[in-house]
Amino acid sequence: MNATDPGTTPPGPAAGLRRFDLRHLLALVRKESLQAWRDPSTLLIAFVLPVVLLLLFAHAVSLDAKDVRIGVVLESPGEPAQELAAAFSGTRFLDASFAHDRREVADRLVSGELRGYVVIPQDFERRLAQQGSEPLVQIVTDGSYPNTANYVENYARGVVQAWRAGLDAAAAPQPVVLEPRYWFNAELESRRALIPGAIAIVMTIIGTMLTALVVAREWERGTMEAILSTPASVAEILAGKLLPYFVLGMLATLGAAALAIFVFDVPLRGSLAALLLLSGVFMVPALGQGLLISSLARNQFLAAQIALFTGFMPAFMLSGFLYEIDAMPAPIRAITRVIPARYFVDSLKTVFLAGDVWAVFLPDLAAMALIGALFFMLARRATRKNLE
Amino acid sequence: MQPASAVAATGAGEGAAVVIEGLDKHFGSLRALRSLSARVHYGRLTGLVGPDGAGKTTLMRILTGLLVPDAGRVALAGYDVVRDNDAIHVVSGYMPQRFGLYEDLSVMENMRLYAQLRGLDAERNAGLFAELLDFTRLAPFTTRLAGRLSGGMKQKLGLACALMARPRVLLLDEPGVGVDPVSRQDLWRMVQALTDEGMAVVWSTAYLDEAERCQSVLLLNQGQLLFDGPPGELTAQLGERSFRLENAGARRRALLTRALELPSVSDGVIQGAGVRLVLRKGADSAQLRELAGQAQVRLAAVPARFEDAFIDLLGGGPGGSSALAERFAPVELDSDIAVSCHQLTRRFGDFTATDNVSFEVHRGEIFGLLGPNGAGKSTTFKMLCGLLRPTSGEAQVVGHDLRRASGAAKARLGYMAQKFSLYGLLSVRQNLEFSAGVYGLEGDTRRQRIAEMIDTFDLGGWLSATPDSLPLGHKQRLALACALMHRPPVLFLDEPTSGVDPITRREFWTHINGLARKGVTIMVTTHFMDEAEYCDRVAMLSRARLIALDTPDALKRITAEAGHAEPTMEDAFIHLVESSGREPEVAA
Repeated sequence: MNATDPGTTPPGPAAGLRRFDLRHLLALVRKESLQAWRDPSTLLIAFVLPVVLLLLFAHAVSLDAKDVRIGVVLESPGEPAQELAAAFSGTRFLDASFAHDRREVADRLVSGELRGYVVIPQDFERRLAQQGSEPLVQIVTDGSYPNTANYVENYARGVVQAWRAGLDAAAAPQPVVLEPRYWFNAELESRRALIPGAIAIVMTIIGTMLTALVVAREWERGTMEAILSTPASVAEILAGKLLPYFVLGMLATLGAAALAIFVFDVPLRGSLAALLLLSGVFMVPALGQGLLISSLARNQFLAAQIALFTGFMPAFMLSGFLYEIDAMPAPIRAITRVIPARYFVDSLKTVFLAGDVWAVFLPDLAAMALIGALFFMLARRATRKNLE
Repeated sequence: MQPASAVAATGAGEGAAVVIEGLDKHFGSLRALRSLSARVHYGRLTGLVGPDGAGKTTLMRILTGLLVPDAGRVALAGYDVVRDNDAIHVVSGYMPQRFGLYEDLSVMENMRLYAQLRGLDAERNAGLFAELLDFTRLAPFTTRLAGRLSGGMKQKLGLACALMARPRVLLLDEPGVGVDPVSRQDLWRMVQALTDEGMAVVWSTAYLDEAERCQSVLLLNQGQLLFDGPPGELTAQLGERSFRLENAGARRRALLTRALELPSVSDGVIQGAGVRLVLRKGADSAQLRELAGQAQVRLAAVPARFEDAFIDLLGGGPGGSSALAERFAPVELDSDIAVSCHQLTRRFGDFTATDNVSFEVHRGEIFGLLGPNGAGKSTTFKMLCGLLRPTSGEAQVVGHDLRRASGAAKARLGYMAQKFSLYGLLSVRQNLEFSAGVYGLEGDTRRQRIAEMIDTFDLGGWLSATPDSLPLGHKQRLALACALMHRPPVLFLDEPTSGVDPITRREFWTHINGLARKGVTIMVTTHFMDEAEYCDRVAMLSRARLIALDTPDALKRITAEAGHAEPTMEDAFIHLVESSGREPEVAA
């Protein structure tokens, strides 16, 4: 092939053309980067959206119940009843207001002002004296918020028990005291578990959604037709699309991680290298999925819809980011196994909160790489270098 | 280099740049190309001509290897388009119908990208870049984003990118659509220079004046090749069947309608104050002479044009009477002035798009707004139909001030947008119902009006189809039906026939002429110079200012006085824009 003089003879259907030409790739990467840089929406998605998401998960979305408003109805005028009521007002998890008639608080529960109320009945002292045959207090909760209702019930019981234990302790100290301790997230702050997971959401948006959109945009605007008529091969065109978004995704990850560590006080107990490796491998299925979507949907609206339903939503709901996978019914649990974000969220939580636990990382890395390879194979089959 | 291909290259490549043999292509049940065989030669400009849906784009895409033929063989510069697909992309340059470059990249960045994809190093080929920039006159705009170029400049940039690495065959898919005559002239000049160097250029078009300028044409209709040869040969086949009724003045529309009803007439169009007519094959001019005698106008034999022969070959134009106009009640207005503007100005930041434009349009007039890309036509037009607020100045439609009562004015005007603006997800009937609803028609009037439109425009068979699945002519009828649902006294048409073939265009103008005769005032913007001939008066804009306002014939006379013999409307346009002393593209 080198023997031919390109100036005088038309280039043949040389085998070399099918090869991957780095100059083509470089030109395409340069073009894509310029476009991404000039398109405010790309930068918005890559750098502003992660900040907004992290802020949301750090402050607005909280799975911890704090300062839940409840009512305490004091029907008994006795001294022990007063003491129990004082115990309710002394906790930082409940925000108790007091009343003497349960009708007052019932209305406020209906209006949603209170999430529940505790009635300390008239015969409280008698029940206390009988030592446990009858419940001491009545707890009424708002069942339309099941999590909170559950929490109010348990916590109110806890308060009563603790108060009672205090009474007993004054009489005879207990030999064994059970004191719970939570590993990895000692304060049980949900944001520590949420923020690492949020990085997976951000990467899914950049990897899958943005990629699907930018390829669909080329079809929609007719630029794909012009590019396809040049000697650039499909592999070069697609790699030219993916590389810039890979880099963008990694940059966004670094930014989000920095934000998590320095602003939201999430500890990074593992190494930065492990975090980058995990993120890099997660980009494989994320980009592969974006590519697959774009080979099926050639307009941006459809691409965005598919990316939302097959990429973003599962990453959000089924990855263990928001809801624990172990608590899901078996069929749903089975579905989560094919969602790459599940493995990424698992590893992310580990790398941030526990450390470099390779026994966790290796299977996760393998699963992400496998799903990614599958997406790429499907996308390669679905993309051809013509307009058919 | 494989020896087999080299042999093929020299064997077939000597005479023909493209060899097409028995080509078939279908999409589902639609047969886009039927056993097509043709040749394209080096050093020649070959026109690929035909009405919409003829298969022009399909053929172009097969030539560039973007579509695979179902049967037959195509060789381009000696390479088979399917087997040697990679080689095709090396030896051919292709410019798609839609602007295919990146609007968010600058002129230079687009050129660099294409240079690199074609294996050229921008730094080492500085000479080539300078040459291409000079050739396309884009040198002053290298840092401008492609999206902010005018239509003409975009096409030139597309051409520059397609020309990168000197292809042996250049394929241009409708490069003239949406391009003003001045830019179009530039494109012609460039393509001429390329063919002189020995390149084979294929230029597909639905514009017949463009086809006439090609050295050879392939005329397609419904996927079949109807004619292959120099355009002059086809024109000569027509013989002496072209006539013109001279100086018919205000009666020309009525005359055209009557002439088209004559059995001996196959086609007719308005040309300034005259009517151009073509006789059917074998018919004599007796009926025409009789008509001229009754109307007391002179009948002159004129040389045939390619367009005459084209329409004749396709079986003649559509009839001359408009069922729509017949049903339309004559428009009565309080004033003779239907649309007027006074010192109309619109600025975008420090850029003035329309500068101090004033004119008046009479009831029943067809008023054309012409100008190069970026001259301010669209801005002026949008202010007149209440879509854009003027920065200063006044505009009125049937007595309603657009600044104060744009709602009332809008209720009295119909608007047909460039891309038809139909709802693709609604059926034809739903589109009609929507436009009836949006113009506030209710109850019996509404039902009656919709039924009337369906009947007039013959849409009965298509009611549950989506607009996109309609043939272009029907789509245009539907758009017109929607714009006329409320029987407006003023109708605005924004490039209504851009990219539309001559036959569909004739049908459209039959309706427009009929409406004008009923007193409907028509405002139209267009890039088609033969369409400007339909107008009573034409306002010419250049660089945001009104540079001329007169009848088409008067504008042509000005040009003739400047030394052009027998100027066409296109010559007049170029002359007026150039003599207004401004480089038109700088305004973009």
